[in-house]
Amino acid sequence: MEKFEKVISRAVPLSIEDIDTDQIIPARFLKATTREGFGENLFRDWRFNEDNSVKSGFPLSNQSFSGSILVAGRNFGCGSSREHAAWALADYGFKVVVSSFFADIFKGNALNNGILPVQVTDEFLAQMIAKIEADPLTEIEVDLDNQSISCGEIKTDFEVNSYKKKCLQNGYDDIDYLVSLKDKIEAFELQAITI
Amino acid sequence: MGKTLFDKVWDAHIVDQIEGGLDVLYIDRHLIHEVTSPQAFDELTKRNLPLYRKEKMVATPDHNIPTKNQHLPIKEALSRHQVDKLLENCAKHDVELYGLGHPFQGIVHVIGPELGITLPGRTMVCGDSHTSTHGAFGAIAFGIGTSQVAQVMATQCLMQVKPKTMRITVDGELKPGVLAKDVILYIIAELTAAGGTGYFVEYAGSAIRALSMESRMTICNMSIEMGARGGMIAPDDTTYDYVEGREFTPKGEAFEAAKTYWKTLNSDTDAKFDKEYNFAAAAIAPMITYGTNPGMGIKITDNVPVSLGKGAQESFKKSLKYMGFDPGGSLLGKAISHVFIGSCTNSRIEDLRIVADYVKGKQKADNITALIVPGSKQVEKQAISEGIDVILKEAGFEMREPGCSACLAMNDDKIPAGAYCVSTSNRNFEGRQGPGARTLLASPLVAAITAVEGKIVDITKHLN
Repeated sequence: MEKFEKVISRAVPLSIEDIDTDQIIPARFLKATTREGFGENLFRDWRFNEDNSVKSGFPLSNQSFSGSILVAGRNFGCGSSREHAAWALADYGFKVVVSSFFADIFKGNALNNGILPVQVTDEFLAQMIAKIEADPLTEIEVDLDNQSISCGEIKTDFEVNSYKKKCLQNGYDDIDYLVSLKDKIEAFELQAITI
Repeated sequence: MGKTLFDKVWDAHIVDQIEGGLDVLYIDRHLIHEVTSPQAFDELTKRNLPLYRKEKMVATPDHNIPTKNQHLPIKEALSRHQVDKLLENCAKHDVELYGLGHPFQGIVHVIGPELGITLPGRTMVCGDSHTSTHGAFGAIAFGIGTSQVAQVMATQCLMQVKPKTMRITVDGELKPGVLAKDVILYIIAELTAAGGTGYFVEYAGSAIRALSMESRMTICNMSIEMGARGGMIAPDDTTYDYVEGREFTPKGEAFEAAKTYWKTLNSDTDAKFDKEYNFAAAAIAPMITYGTNPGMGIKITDNVPVSLGKGAQESFKKSLKYMGFDPGGSLLGKAISHVFIGSCTNSRIEDLRIVADYVKGKQKADNITALIVPGSKQVEKQAISEGIDVILKEAGFEMREPGCSACLAMNDDKIPAGAYCVSTSNRNFEGRQGPGARTLLASPLVAAITAVEGKIVDITKHLN
């Protein structure tokens, strides 16, 4: 995993709530056996018509919006556990998703792929979306070390699990850590109630 | 203070505790399928790691596979490649695999319980959010992403923040025509699609106790649809009777010893939950969804709401526009073109029997295409032995071979754009059953009656 550095970028606003992972990447695109190339089909059915022409009005297709930060409505990433949703966001170029609430599995998948989920209050989210929509050039700064996010003149702190923060800062993933616990795992297997 | 059922099972699986409040949790059984495992196997290869405990894994293809002519090679190249990749990976790592044609093949959440792989007190994971199904046995079971699939393959462990606990109690007797699917759709409508996020749910109360194992699975299956990582039900005689004698259930003395342990798996009377909800079974009626998330459900005779709570207005409007419904309107009389009975929520023998009982001697309406897909080869075999296949065929239903089918539009079974489908599956998201398809989630009984009537009706007036 790549190290997560401070992100200073414009953002794409998506003021829709309960965005499920079927919208982020529809199931028919899950047939690949590698992690690459999912960005092309990110939000496929919201971005494109059936004949592959671009649907107007969707923020990702709106050229005034750009950047590596997605700012989305409450309960982002609900539904299916498909990590392909995180792969698609990363492949498209997003490094941060800001929302006022994240679904559990998506949040874990994002962190495991170097995408930082930043949870802010409903009020802060509404202010951010209003600012970005009013001025798409608004710069957002996401500072993981200090756990703060600023958008123009508004700023707030966010929570991140201390272990996960260290993983992001150093580019570590859980698998390395778990493999290092092999002796403890074997010892557990010997004493555990296993049925 | 007493412990909850969830605490008891969780705490018995903690290998280590690390900074940030993370527990290293031991996983007893790992189920895999073709869609979320190839990149995990690659991860092992890339890191030169062996598969740690192959005997704790079981694989089956289900998402991608056609439900017709399963004896022939899969036509669609990408699907075939993904299923072949599963076969190849399982052969390379010597993982137990129930491929197409195997008598144990089926939807991963149907075969786990029916083979006795799912047992009380176990921790179980799968790269699929409906792994919550297995919680019906008093197991801690939840869906994971592919990076975590690789972690479990490499170490049989996961790093997890312990979720908060929620108890949902449903007391009393369910009314005629109200099934487990209605109970869970009702609960999700009450709590919303995010109401359970951050929690692990225990379902309790006399109405839950009275349910069969298959009905309990339907309830736990949809825990994820309110955002909960999983749901569980304390094991009891219904559970022991179900698991006894199954393929991989311990036998003889080992079974008795297991049962003694299982009997300790319930929430202590003084256990504290982070959140509690209580519902009366009598308040629950046959349900249906009108919108594009499973929290958007109503009693079939109720009107579509005029608005949703603050904030969700945009999504609510977008959702009704997609579905072609009016705020405040009724769904009764709405013509339907497709009925799908299947998925890990409702494809077990009990579900097929409910449909067959209703449609026996009746005909589906002319405007309806009715698809019924058993959850596994074993369910299919049982259905045929009971003559259910003949009853369904005579009623104009098409019974297919086991798989996820039209639940997720990943295989050949799709609902056309704009078409309305009353479906026993678990998700009514935009495009879930095919681009532009409009899904109304309901019980197998509502689905069967809709197929015969050709439109949405008050089913309580049509019970046999």
